[in-house]
Amino acid sequence: MHDNKTIMTGDLNSNLQCPIPKSDYEHVLLAHGGGGKLTQQLIEKMIYSRLGNEILEKGHDGAFLPHISSELAMSTDSFVVDPIFFPGGDIGDLAINGTVNDLVCCGAEPLYISLAFILEEGFLLDELWKIIQSIEKSAHEACVKIVTGDTKVVEKGKGDKIYINTTGIGRVVPGLRISPDNCQEGDVVIINGTIGDHGIAIMSERAGFSFESGIKSDTAPLNRMMQDVFARQPNIHVLRDPTRGGLSSALNEISQSSGKGITLFESQLPVTEGVRGACEIMGFDPLYIANEGKILVILPERHAGEVLGIMRSHETGRESRIIGKISGRHGGLLHLETNIGSTRIIDMISGEMLPRIC
Amino acid sequence: MKYIDEYRDKQLVEILIRQIRDEVTRKWTIMEICGGQTHAIMKYSLQDLLPEEISLIHGPGCPVCVTPVEIIDQAVELGGKPNVILTSFGDMMRVPGSHTDLLSVRAKGGDIRIVYSPLDVIDIALSNPEREVVFFAVGFETTAPAVALAIRQAHKKNLANFSVLISHVLVPPAIEVLLTSADMRIEGFLAAGHVCTVMGTHEYIPLSERYKIPIVVTGFEPVDILLGIQKTINMLENDRYGVENAYPRSVKPEGNIAAQDLLQEVFVSCDRKWRGIGVIPGSGFTLTDDYIRFDAGKRFKLHHIVAEESERCISGKILTGQKRPSDCPAFGAECTPEKPLGAPMVSSEGACSAYYRYHLRMC
Repeated sequence: MHDNKTIMTGDLNSNLQCPIPKSDYEHVLLAHGGGGKLTQQLIEKMIYSRLGNEILEKGHDGAFLPHISSELAMSTDSFVVDPIFFPGGDIGDLAINGTVNDLVCCGAEPLYISLAFILEEGFLLDELWKIIQSIEKSAHEACVKIVTGDTKVVEKGKGDKIYINTTGIGRVVPGLRISPDNCQEGDVVIINGTIGDHGIAIMSERAGFSFESGIKSDTAPLNRMMQDVFARQPNIHVLRDPTRGGLSSALNEISQSSGKGITLFESQLPVTEGVRGACEIMGFDPLYIANEGKILVILPERHAGEVLGIMRSHETGRESRIIGKISGRHGGLLHLETNIGSTRIIDMISGEMLPRIC
Repeated sequence: MKYIDEYRDKQLVEILIRQIRDEVTRKWTIMEICGGQTHAIMKYSLQDLLPEEISLIHGPGCPVCVTPVEIIDQAVELGGKPNVILTSFGDMMRVPGSHTDLLSVRAKGGDIRIVYSPLDVIDIALSNPEREVVFFAVGFETTAPAVALAIRQAHKKNLANFSVLISHVLVPPAIEVLLTSADMRIEGFLAAGHVCTVMGTHEYIPLSERYKIPIVVTGFEPVDILLGIQKTINMLENDRYGVENAYPRSVKPEGNIAAQDLLQEVFVSCDRKWRGIGVIPGSGFTLTDDYIRFDAGKRFKLHHIVAEESERCISGKILTGQKRPSDCPAFGAECTPEKPLGAPMVSSEGACSAYYRYHLRMC
């Protein structure tokens, strides 16, 4: 016999935007992924109620999408972040924003998202509910529809609370040709704000790291800002979101695939005092720390002023600025012009970042 | 950011570079002791700003780098034991032992946890009374007081499941080895500012007098390092020697007395093996009789594990400044951060790591 205690109490859910639907269970059971009644209840009460739309609610094995007369872009990403709730966001908005931003970097307008959960037996339904509400809010903000999905449950200990996979489809904006190969000598590199906030927010929450940084993740969908840029100045050469591996990995990849040299100006790199402080203490470099709401825009210098103006008119681009340039020297390498007037390489990170001894 | 930005100030850097240029009349070779200084020199390309008469060579002050391979093997052995939680600073995780490293042991199921402070290990031991909790204590005089504090706490709490695999080393005996080596070409030292913050400057006075060599206590930011070089050059050009302090915002002549008292209570000096260098008399710490029960080497009978360094890694020559990383045939080819032959390629203070990370492909 299962425990009939419901978890719908005013007190328990007072911090939620919306109370969790009545359920007979507090925790995820294996049966929630078994395809039977519990799966159906979970989908109807928790997913359709918040994420439902005319495509998703058909409940078919897959989604039937309206005809789109344009080139399409598709991107997939899996989210396994620990902790699942962190300052500035949670795994739910990360899963939407991550895929939305990957589509944006293809020069596309994100339209449809698939959503797959892998849940660990025993995961709190209350926490799942919070995550679903985050997904709803992010999808709404990014104007994307969740059109198909899946829920699986693994035995306790075989997963870590919740993993999410999202796949997105978007319409490539006509006239855009975004590719790392496109960058040209004289192009400039723009970023839409401070770096390292997401990675430090996550690290400050991790067990064993008693560091109260007050830093929030920058997770945000960037499609509204970039749609505005695409509509008014399509002469963009390269787009990249500097997520894992930070600026260093994103720009090294572009440099290597284009064979062009890239120079960053240390004096122009936007880093908050909090992130700088945390990095100084731990021996990390903000150039290697993950971001979740940042985009690198590489374009001809003559269009930079116009694009900066457009980006700065959006909340997600308020602090946009030029941080580097594409140079003819040192093909395939990323350099930093330091504040003291010297130059060095910025290498791609090797393995995971480990805090130093002293 | 206070205490950071003013020591990365371009104008101050330019003033110091000008002073050094004005003063230097001949070639000088200066060794920076600490790996943190090596990384700052490479990260800010300070050598490129200095006059070509000044040659900076890199010293043995990277605790991860000088840990002998057999101690890594002992940690690997401990990390694989089912009843053991091995705790370590992050730096040690990638350092290759004879056959494997701690990251690989963890991937195979070993319970190996990165900690940020040795005191965190006390909490882990208290929360896991049924398991043995070992701290891999690596470092110079800088980290030793925090380890001593953790050991003293374990003693007070009578923690039976806590122990320490000790590989603590001391700077002055290593400097003496460098000064007495046959092919010694060092004419001045930048001493490690953080070590001196704990130990003070008095240990360096007899060394400077005995070997008639300038020793300047130096910090870790570009302005600190250039000030250390400027003071060293000033002494060399004026045919003086002595100990000077270019890091007074952190280092007092007497050091941190409370930390020194703690070290004396918990540790006693002993002979220690250094990677690539060999045994240096009196160059390490072991536990005093009152605390010897916390010695993981004894508790787990690890001392039979001995190993020799790979012949392909010239870390001994790198750590004594006889060779530069770029002189090594394996550097960047057979030895990379992804597949290191020795610790200097993966430690955040290792000279090979600094060369690879900041300059390799510009060479």
